[in-house]
Amino acid sequence: MLSVLIRRLFQMLFVMLGISIVVFLIFFATPGADPSSRIAGRNAAPETLLAVRHDFGLDKPLPVQYYLMMKHLFIARDLTSFVNRGQQVIPEVMEATPITLSLVFGAAFFWILGSITIGVVAAATKNSPLDRILMILGLIGISMPVYWLGEVVNLITQARLHDTWVFSWVPPLGYKPLTEDPWGWFKVMVIPWITLAVLYIGIYGRVLRAGIVEANQEDYIRTARSKGLSETRILLRHALRTSLIAFVTLFGLDFGALVGGGALLTEVVFGLQGVGKLTYDALKTLDLPVIMATVVYASFFVVAANAVVDLVYAAIDPRVRLA
Amino acid sequence: MTAQMPAAVEPAGTFPAAMERPALGPWARAALKLWSDKAAMAALSLFLLIVLVCLLAPFYASRIAHTDPFTSNIDGEITVNGEQVALLQPSEEGLGLGSTPIGPTWDITNYFLGADTQGRDVMARILYGGRNSLFIAGTSTVICLFFAAIMGLAAGFFGGLVDTLISRVLDVIWAFPIFLLAISLSIVLIAHGIDIGPISITAGSLWLPISIIGIVYIPYVARPVRGQVLSLKESEFVLAATGLGVPSYRILIRDILPNVMTTLIVFVPLMLALNMLTESALSFLSIGVQAPDASWGTIIQDGQDVLYTRSWVAVAPGIAIVLCVLSLNVLGDGVRDALDPRAKLRIR
Amino acid sequence: MPDSDTKILLDVRGLSVSFRTERGLVRAVDNISFRIGEREIVGVVGESGSGKTVSLMSVMGLINDPNAVVEGSIVYKGRELHGLSKRALRSIRGREIAMIFQDPMTALTPVYTIGWQICEQLRAHNKMSKRAARQRAVELLDAVGIAHPAVTIDRYPHQLSGGMRQRAFIAMALSCNPSLLIADEPTTALDVTVQAQILELIQRLRRDFGSSIILITHDLGVVAEVADRVMVMYAGRIVERGTTRQIFTQPWHPYTWGLHDSIPPLEGTRLRRLPSIPGSPPSLLSLPPGCAFAPRCRFRFAPCAERPELAGAGGHEAACFIPLEERAGLRAARGRALKEAS
Repeated sequence: MLSVLIRRLFQMLFVMLGISIVVFLIFFATPGADPSSRIAGRNAAPETLLAVRHDFGLDKPLPVQYYLMMKHLFIARDLTSFVNRGQQVIPEVMEATPITLSLVFGAAFFWILGSITIGVVAAATKNSPLDRILMILGLIGISMPVYWLGEVVNLITQARLHDTWVFSWVPPLGYKPLTEDPWGWFKVMVIPWITLAVLYIGIYGRVLRAGIVEANQEDYIRTARSKGLSETRILLRHALRTSLIAFVTLFGLDFGALVGGGALLTEVVFGLQGVGKLTYDALKTLDLPVIMATVVYASFFVVAANAVVDLVYAAIDPRVRLA
Repeated sequence: MTAQMPAAVEPAGTFPAAMERPALGPWARAALKLWSDKAAMAALSLFLLIVLVCLLAPFYASRIAHTDPFTSNIDGEITVNGEQVALLQPSEEGLGLGSTPIGPTWDITNYFLGADTQGRDVMARILYGGRNSLFIAGTSTVICLFFAAIMGLAAGFFGGLVDTLISRVLDVIWAFPIFLLAISLSIVLIAHGIDIGPISITAGSLWLPISIIGIVYIPYVARPVRGQVLSLKESEFVLAATGLGVPSYRILIRDILPNVMTTLIVFVPLMLALNMLTESALSFLSIGVQAPDASWGTIIQDGQDVLYTRSWVAVAPGIAIVLCVLSLNVLGDGVRDALDPRAKLRIR
Repeated sequence: MPDSDTKILLDVRGLSVSFRTERGLVRAVDNISFRIGEREIVGVVGESGSGKTVSLMSVMGLINDPNAVVEGSIVYKGRELHGLSKRALRSIRGREIAMIFQDPMTALTPVYTIGWQICEQLRAHNKMSKRAARQRAVELLDAVGIAHPAVTIDRYPHQLSGGMRQRAFIAMALSCNPSLLIADEPTTALDVTVQAQILELIQRLRRDFGSSIILITHDLGVVAEVADRVMVMYAGRIVERGTTRQIFTQPWHPYTWGLHDSIPPLEGTRLRRLPSIPGSPPSLLSLPPGCAFAPRCRFRFAPCAERPELAGAGGHEAACFIPLEERAGLRAARGRALKEAS
């Protein structure tokens, strides 16, 4: 058991290392991508460029640069940004994290609730008008670009209907920390939560419905019926329970990706300075230290999510457990 | 009973003729099933209609609207209801600084949806942008499916070292959070273009987003294909063929490939939809399609500045995307039902 | 028919089950009538597609297909089941009438322990505490011959062997003391040795629990072993029925002859070719208007264009126009012809 864990840990580290190296190479090693000209500013004199390169260690061989960056990131923890001189990277990421976590956890709450409800109701009323409507709504949810939906939602809540009682409570775009102002935090977040959740409700509602419908064809449902159990119980305790296995594994992966910064489009549109936005800004300005930090952060969550999903999978599907 | 003693007659093969329809091949049957799926056919028609309208963009721009959607037209004027009106007017919002483009005229021949911040005809730009969005979605889908098919087939069929190698590569690509990979590649390559050996793409070419989007989703398709090939290899009819001494390549072509084709065909509308959404996201972030080209994503980005005043600039391209992706998704459902109603392949 | 002094448990009359399909109405079960008495074991024999499973599932109202049409009367303990409300049916299922299925691996929910599943059934029909239900479940597992029931109760279905799974399933089916047990091919998915154990268990059920059992199977050997009476079905119709002895010593219907002939004999000269019934089971969409078996029957003649009714004496009936007196002779002649041919 321990050896399996250790092996798993090594695998995780390996993947994280791999991802950080690949991103490093993409940004440092792509011909023509010269960070020093960005830092020095346009039309910098050649001497300035040389000085900049030396200052930032950009004239050292690549592996050395990589090693130095990792050292500053993990060991010394004093990695500084290329773009905002003197700005420490790690605190920047730490500040952005609660915002992303607020967004993703809140959205996840809505999307789990929404998709389970929709999936169960649609499967229970299969082929009825209600089922079709729910599935069409789900399809529409999947078909909207999330950033566009955010824009439209903003349009409605911040401008068009802002003066009506429906949306007058909506604060301007931006974040309020939970610890400072819980009610304000909620008011700021609830619209982004729902916007982000819409896409996932569409996906997961359909997945769950398909899973339950498939489970209903199985023999054990016929058995449950022959035992004289009520349809509700059969649906929830037998069909849903087995379909949740696939649902949970998908959820884990998506959730992990979102926490790692995948919600960047939502963050951009709603003015939330989360990790996703931070990553994107860093990518745009080629702020390499910040990029490396956020990439490591993101890959950590991807890898962690995979591991957690495997664990949970074993917990909820007895067929998979080690004997 | 006065029946005669029945003689022990050998049944002479005169079984009652079964009145059945002549058997159709599986492809024909699937096509027929799809044809009768009204929702899918409606979706397909809508999509084709949109494609057609976008293809007619040059015609629209030159003959109907008489506008040039690509040159800035900040000082231009147009005739609305008989009056001459400037395309960009002083803002009445906020501090009264800056200018606001005119809103929709609802006149199909004349700045139907109004102008954007550069005074360009939004409607014409949407049609041209549609061409790019559709082209990118289509080509990247082709690239993705092509490579995914090859890799999946090779890995699944040949196994061993080939499989290990290919699977590792797929794993590495897939381990990246998609947005990270796509954005990283875009940012780096968009600025400079690629110049590796025989492949040379200039910065700002549409081929950059096409290649990036195409490559990033290869594992998404290649893994299910590989899985399918692996399970087909174990299936009885393949084992039987091998037992009969049929050479490998024939098994590949005659037994495995048709089944894999089914999977790939099901993926077509879904990848088109997914790639279209990805391209629009990248373009929205300004790292997809580059000026002077336009796509629906870039127009939405253009519309951000005037979102609250001239919302149509941002909203209209989004509606176009929703219609396309929705119809592709409905079509995708229909195709999947027609080809394999019992598909366990749950595609998002 | 059961003896006149046996109480009738189940009385089915004119049961028909049809399915609406794209290509027309398919009659899976065509106007069958039968009775099951108390403490009887009745075997229902037929090929796949003969309607045996569908007919018994419709007794319990388990046909859930919206395209299905069930007609006829199903009287259980004096009560009409057909058309009964869902609620009433639910109280009968699992409690009065229980069913066991062919493949216990897929028939048990994989994510719950068998103890949980047995307790679920117990508590659905009885007011019991969890502890009392668990106690009862252990007793039941013991009664069906599972070693270490207190340990097995917490196992998952995939952790048990095929035979144990089927026993556990039977324990679950019996948990509320049903008077009628319908067993749908309970031994088909099991090895022969395990088969014997399960059959022995089924006989014990009649003895110790007093249940009646309807045993659906395509295996004549199983029927010979445990059944009191046998019904032979073909294309949704009953073609012959009688006591086991009658069916095995003097079968009357050519289809039954064919079934017997296709069993390799233990004695006598070894046949070079195993006889089989020529042709294949009919498509239910294109049944001939008269006797359903006629196209494959060696002895068909003019009257077979009409549909034969079950007729006979002494509890033994067959749906065939061949005169009673001639049947034995024809069969014997056929037997000789087969021996000569091989």
